[in-house]
Amino acid sequence: MTTTSTTPVVPVTPPQRRLKRRTTRAWVGPVLLMLPTIVVLAVFVYGLIGANLLTSFQDRHTRGPSEGWAGFENYRLLFADDTFIYSLRNLLFYTVTFLLGTLVLGFLWAWLLERGAKGESLFRAVYLFPMAVSFIASGVVWRWLLNNAEGERSSGLNRLFGDLGLDFLQNPWWTHERWGIIAIAVPAVWQLSGYVMALFLAGFRGIPEELREAARIDGASEWQLYRHVLFPQLSPVALSAIIIIGHMSLKVFDLIMAIAGQTNYTTQVPATQMWIEFTRGDYAKASAIGMVLLLIVAVLIVPYLVATYRQERRR
Amino acid sequence: MRATRTSLAAGLAALTLLAVSACGGDDGGEAGGGGGGGSAEVEVFTWWAEGSEKEGLDALVEVFDTQNADFEFVNGAVAGGAGSDAKNVLASRLQTNDPPATFQAHAGAELTDYIEAGQIEGLSTMFEEKGWNELFPEGLLERLQQDGEIYSVPSNIHRANVVWANSSVLQEAGLDPKATYASLDEWIAALEKVEAAGKIPLSIATDWTQVHLLETVLLADLGAEAYNGLWDGTTDWAGAEVTAALEDYATLLEMTNTDRQSLDWQDATQLVIDGEAAFNVMGDWAEAAFATAGKTFDTDYVAFPVPGTDGVFDFLADSFTMPVGSPNPEGTEAWLDTVASAEGQEAFNKAKGSIPANIEADTAEFGPYQQTAIESWTNDEIVSSLAHGAAASVSWLTDVTAAVAKFGSNNDVAELQESLVAAAETHAAS
Repeated sequence: MTTTSTTPVVPVTPPQRRLKRRTTRAWVGPVLLMLPTIVVLAVFVYGLIGANLLTSFQDRHTRGPSEGWAGFENYRLLFADDTFIYSLRNLLFYTVTFLLGTLVLGFLWAWLLERGAKGESLFRAVYLFPMAVSFIASGVVWRWLLNNAEGERSSGLNRLFGDLGLDFLQNPWWTHERWGIIAIAVPAVWQLSGYVMALFLAGFRGIPEELREAARIDGASEWQLYRHVLFPQLSPVALSAIIIIGHMSLKVFDLIMAIAGQTNYTTQVPATQMWIEFTRGDYAKASAIGMVLLLIVAVLIVPYLVATYRQERRR
Repeated sequence: MRATRTSLAAGLAALTLLAVSACGGDDGGEAGGGGGGGSAEVEVFTWWAEGSEKEGLDALVEVFDTQNADFEFVNGAVAGGAGSDAKNVLASRLQTNDPPATFQAHAGAELTDYIEAGQIEGLSTMFEEKGWNELFPEGLLERLQQDGEIYSVPSNIHRANVVWANSSVLQEAGLDPKATYASLDEWIAALEKVEAAGKIPLSIATDWTQVHLLETVLLADLGAEAYNGLWDGTTDWAGAEVTAALEDYATLLEMTNTDRQSLDWQDATQLVIDGEAAFNVMGDWAEAAFATAGKTFDTDYVAFPVPGTDGVFDFLADSFTMPVGSPNPEGTEAWLDTVASAEGQEAFNKAKGSIPANIEADTAEFGPYQQTAIESWTNDEIVSSLAHGAAASVSWLTDVTAAVAKFGSNNDVAELQESLVAAAETHAAS
């Protein structure tokens, strides 16, 4: 009989234990899986951003150790530096050209393929292939294509223009003081348009045929179909494309190094300037440039991340 | 379904291969990089990884091996960026107290940063004890000193103020290949004749070669003494003489090939070798390019000091240092011994195309151009090259290069001078 007194307890305890075990398991597994990533990110991304921020506030303009704090002096000097302003301006020109070029071309190609151009798979491959080449490798070729010699000694594109009798098209390419940086965007557009095309093509394919049919039945013209049915469906794709191409554009470095080299004035952007300052041992200035670049990229990326996060929560 | 599986398997196989080969690479790097481990290993850090530089290093190592049976040479060469990649790697190694046994650096002001950071040892005592003060010319020893202390052992000497010219192009333009030009003005008149004949008067390449040209123009117009004054603050960068020199530089730059930014020095020298350009101002490492192309000195091509700099030797030198906390100080000393020795300098310089800094080295077998350089080296006044790290610190040179690069795109003499003045104010004091 004594056992009966304990009976109410017996059926209760095991499920509790099971529940506990389950919750601990559910908690430990994913955390263990994520831990290496978290540690690596904490040290090599956020830790180093912190270290970079600290360096940018120090008086450390030689290879020797830091000589104390400088506050915002490094940033003040940076924005008083004509070359830095020029390289920011270059970065803006480059980003606008790169973005517009890839979006327009990418959309155009995707639209043509979507309309059922013949040999779609061939063109898809042709347009996408340049992306498989690294910027350094394509830069070496474009360095020759964009050679700025004109007339008899011209080579690359200028030679092509000359041979076709289009001499007026010959130009100094990336050595032009004001517009030179836009010539650097040409190979970048060539390389990434195919990628944007693939994004848009996936976007087009993701739109159910029923939507188009419904619109047509409602009497929408072709333009109205695009304007009111297809474009709204493509806007998330366009936004992703802008974010991806935009942040690639802000990081531009390898393409310029391969085509123009680090010291060339007309193609200075913050990243190449940062490299020059780093190479000469001006660590404070180099890290200040790095922080400015990080901020510019953050302005582009953070709103996107916040928006995506909110969207996912709503789901 | 099967197709996806096959491609998945193929992809996995490729990734595995990559991973395996990556590991292999890592192991190789460890073996090469850990030079400081054994006390017998002497890791020599250079950017001599290819061409005549590599051949020179190999020749030097051969001498080192015969002179030092108990030490083992470990090659710590880092290729790329004309030495700038190597310097970045070196900077991080020095900061983490992991120095090589010795490293290459341009002799002179380029060492300033290392000295200020306390990363290399003074060698004056060693020079004294080993009698090296008698091995090197006094003018060179003077240029090597910083605050009375010598910090590196020079391995070779190059001359920067040399004009290379293609004889047949000169003849086509109605010029005498043997002619000498007393001043830049006379030379500019000759350049105009070449231009009229439809050839490129003066070939040039990317930014550093433009700094190289500017330095020789400053030397020509200011003279050796005032040129030296630019680096110690006794010559005013804002002065009228400098303005005149910069205007000459602007004139010369107008007579160069338009595609200069796309070229490196080899391409510019090649324009002269191929007969597309008449003249090229380059250091005497260009000699190797002419020799490789099978050209004969004094018939196919001529070389003479930049007009206005006759009797002046614009020098640059590679040298080796003793890092503070060298993993193997005895090994470092043995390497420096070899570098300073007559045998080492003969072997190295013959292969590299430069001339020995050591006056006791036997130079009978050196080429005809090198013979003229050796003669000038013993007789001429010696000044330090800017573009090659002898005259000014790395930071100063960086600012000058930036100003020259900007000038290349806007041709604004006043702005160039302003930037040069600003650079001198920032760096001459420190």
